[in-house]
Amino acid sequence: MTKLLSDFAVGESGVITKVNGEGRIRRRLFDMGVTPQAEVKMRKKAPLGDPIEVTVRGYELTLRKVEAACVEVDVK
Amino acid sequence: MKTFALAGNPNCGKTTLFNALTGSTAHVGNWPGVTVDKREGVYKGGAEKIEIIDLPGIYSLSPYTPEEVISRNYILDEKPDGIINIVDATNLERNLYLTTQILEMDVPVIIALNMMDEVEKSGDKIDVKALEKAVGVPVVAISALRKTGIKELMDKAAAMSSERKGATVLGGELTGKIERARQFFAQEEVASPLFHAVKMLENDEIELGHKGAKEVLAEIAAGDDLEAVIADERYKYISANFSSAKAKSKKEVLTKSDKIDKVLTHRIWAIPIFIVILFFIFHLTFSENLFYLNGFTESQGWMPTLFDPVEEGGLGWEENFGTKLLACIYDGAVFSPGVILTNLLNFILDYISEGMSLFIGVCHGAPWVESLVVDAVLGGIFAVLGFLPQILTLFLFFSILEDTGYMARVAFVLDRIFRRFGLSGRAFMPMIMGFGCSLPAMINTRTLADEKERTATVRVIPFFSCGAKLPILTAMAGGILAVFGAGNVDAITFAMYIVGIVTAICAVLIMRNTTLKGETPPFIMELPAYHVPGFKNLMLHLWDKTKHFVKKAFTIIFASTVIIWLLQSFSWSWEFLLQDAQELFEADPVRWESLAEIEGLVNVRTNESILGSIGMFVQPIFTPLGFGSQLGKAFGWVFAVAAITGLVAKENVIATFGALAAVVAGQYIDWEADEVATAVAMIGGTGITWQAVIAFIIFNMTTIPCFAACATAKGELPKGKFKWTVLFWVVTSYLVSALVYTVLSWWWTAFIWLAVIAAVVTFIVLRNIGKFDILKIFKRKKKDEKVG
Repeated sequence: MTKLLSDFAVGESGVITKVNGEGRIRRRLFDMGVTPQAEVKMRKKAPLGDPIEVTVRGYELTLRKVEAACVEVDVK
Repeated sequence: MKTFALAGNPNCGKTTLFNALTGSTAHVGNWPGVTVDKREGVYKGGAEKIEIIDLPGIYSLSPYTPEEVISRNYILDEKPDGIINIVDATNLERNLYLTTQILEMDVPVIIALNMMDEVEKSGDKIDVKALEKAVGVPVVAISALRKTGIKELMDKAAAMSSERKGATVLGGELTGKIERARQFFAQEEVASPLFHAVKMLENDEIELGHKGAKEVLAEIAAGDDLEAVIADERYKYISANFSSAKAKSKKEVLTKSDKIDKVLTHRIWAIPIFIVILFFIFHLTFSENLFYLNGFTESQGWMPTLFDPVEEGGLGWEENFGTKLLACIYDGAVFSPGVILTNLLNFILDYISEGMSLFIGVCHGAPWVESLVVDAVLGGIFAVLGFLPQILTLFLFFSILEDTGYMARVAFVLDRIFRRFGLSGRAFMPMIMGFGCSLPAMINTRTLADEKERTATVRVIPFFSCGAKLPILTAMAGGILAVFGAGNVDAITFAMYIVGIVTAICAVLIMRNTTLKGETPPFIMELPAYHVPGFKNLMLHLWDKTKHFVKKAFTIIFASTVIIWLLQSFSWSWEFLLQDAQELFEADPVRWESLAEIEGLVNVRTNESILGSIGMFVQPIFTPLGFGSQLGKAFGWVFAVAAITGLVAKENVIATFGALAAVVAGQYIDWEADEVATAVAMIGGTGITWQAVIAFIIFNMTTIPCFAACATAKGELPKGKFKWTVLFWVVTSYLVSALVYTVLSWWWTAFIWLAVIAAVVTFIVLRNIGKFDILKIFKRKKKDEKVG
């Protein structure tokens, strides 16, 4: 089942299938290891619900929900 | 001498390695045109000396941040003899992503595999030989922290051949495409054609700026999303070759870092914990009543002061070297470390001033020489140096927060709030530091990646009222209470802080929608694992700041202080206005009774000074603010003069009142002893209204900050932005004070202000959505006229 990373619940994980978004944001996501076929796990949400923290390629990455909405993930 | 550049991800131990390599030879400057630290040093451990340049920490060589552009241009244009690519072995996958890009450049590369000891501790293994074979450049395992493997690294680096052709890990379908792009750049005769070729296929803005590049890319890509393919290929290559051992053993157990994180970014407790941490930092830096040992309120105080007579609750000690030294630590209450350091420094500086006074006295120097040397030169420098201990203490605490990784979490927690104003969560730290002192706060804006966000933040930092502005607040609020018999000192002070914060928020909102328009910068960043900060790194960091600050104190701040002193102490006919207090007292004991206790020179003729006449000249400007022409010609100018002297240091506003009280009220007031009395004398003597006093406080809070802060802002802002920033401060303070004065004096003016504000907001909003364009309307009108 494909889902946007921004809609993930805490603890869910999956494999990235597609990265959309405007040039700069997309570039940054790639550079930080958010690429198709990478495994990603939702770690937690900030106290105010946004941004979120995910584990990708063995480290902790934080991004806003708007940016996470660019990432399509196949839920495991 | 060979030159090597250090390149690597943020938080991979690069700074630690740099410090280990260069030791005391390191020095910090700025990269040309941007305020990113450029650190250089010399490695002396080998057969020949090697110059080391520390490139900023980056994740990639795409031109996303100024740091990435700097690093990329440095390697391409400056052509170092080699790159030492430091790689964090505990996070091999992401770190090697940068490596694969560096390898595409025509430059010798050596890989320093850092934190291998940690990898081994967790039971993992990385085959250094296999890695070396795969990437085709030397790899050395090191520990920057324990300083192991460093000699081997540098020996191998020095022995590398000086030529290397770039190579790429990208293969398969991409090979042919990259080759075609490479040929294009080879024809253009640029260095490192392979690197440019791959970057072009990645849709890189800089490469697409080459003539003809867009067409070549369109032809090669043929509609494919090469950017995604290349990023994917890089990671595929890395995970296929190196991460098998690593990734699997990333157990699902909670690490220590995770446990700390659970608490510090807790849904409910995160924000309260953060507030407590902030409170302790400010308390330890600024409090004159450490841990409230002397009770929470004044009436609870039980600790005796040192020098007051016994009947007034003191110990009645005599002042001598020993007791004065003790008074730096304890006098009526135990001081915080920040205050103790400040006192100790001032203790020493006072002796230097006194010594200088005596020396000039012995040499029979003219009074103005003594005043120039002691008041202007030493006084000016010492006034600035006096801040140094507290600035450094504050800086130390915030550096610890930064180095432990907590600062990134704070940004994570607070981002939601700040995004509304077009800022990221990171902007919070510098703003909150502003309540202590604007200087470290402005320097701290370096953690903000977006330049417009930085400029906006630097500009509003002075609105977060700093420690030096507090005396203005309390003295004037006390004055209002004493003269008008209304109000509450704490309430007025608190309200003033709120006005400052609201002004800052409004100013940011306006700037982010007009002059500094831009999208809210993306917030995609690493949350580094928590770790204990290195003591040596912290100290080196502080030492850099100290050098920077002292240099400024001795140049720009010093010069401006002397100028203000000149204006204040001389009349237009160059008569020196300062007089000996004792002589004045003896000549007219009745009038100058207040001078009986004072030694040295005092200025009771400021009204005749150049500064005084400047004050009289600009006085009418302040009429809408309540302290202009309506106060009359006689003394109305004193507020303008006080605001000008406040530029040297904000404490001077009240000090100037003390001196001016001699002119206005006919009595000299020792402002240090009784700030409120000073304010009372000024309010009584000038007949200013309480509304205008409040407007005056706000004006001083939001106008141009002290010279030290101005100098820092100039250094931190992008080129050419400083003059606009000064204008911004002047306009903002004028408008806000005028608003407060008129609304407080005549409540119905609030409606006029509201109408004006509504009109401005509507205008900005309409303009931003493109519905309203002055130029277009103007053009259309002209057209209509012609037709008509």
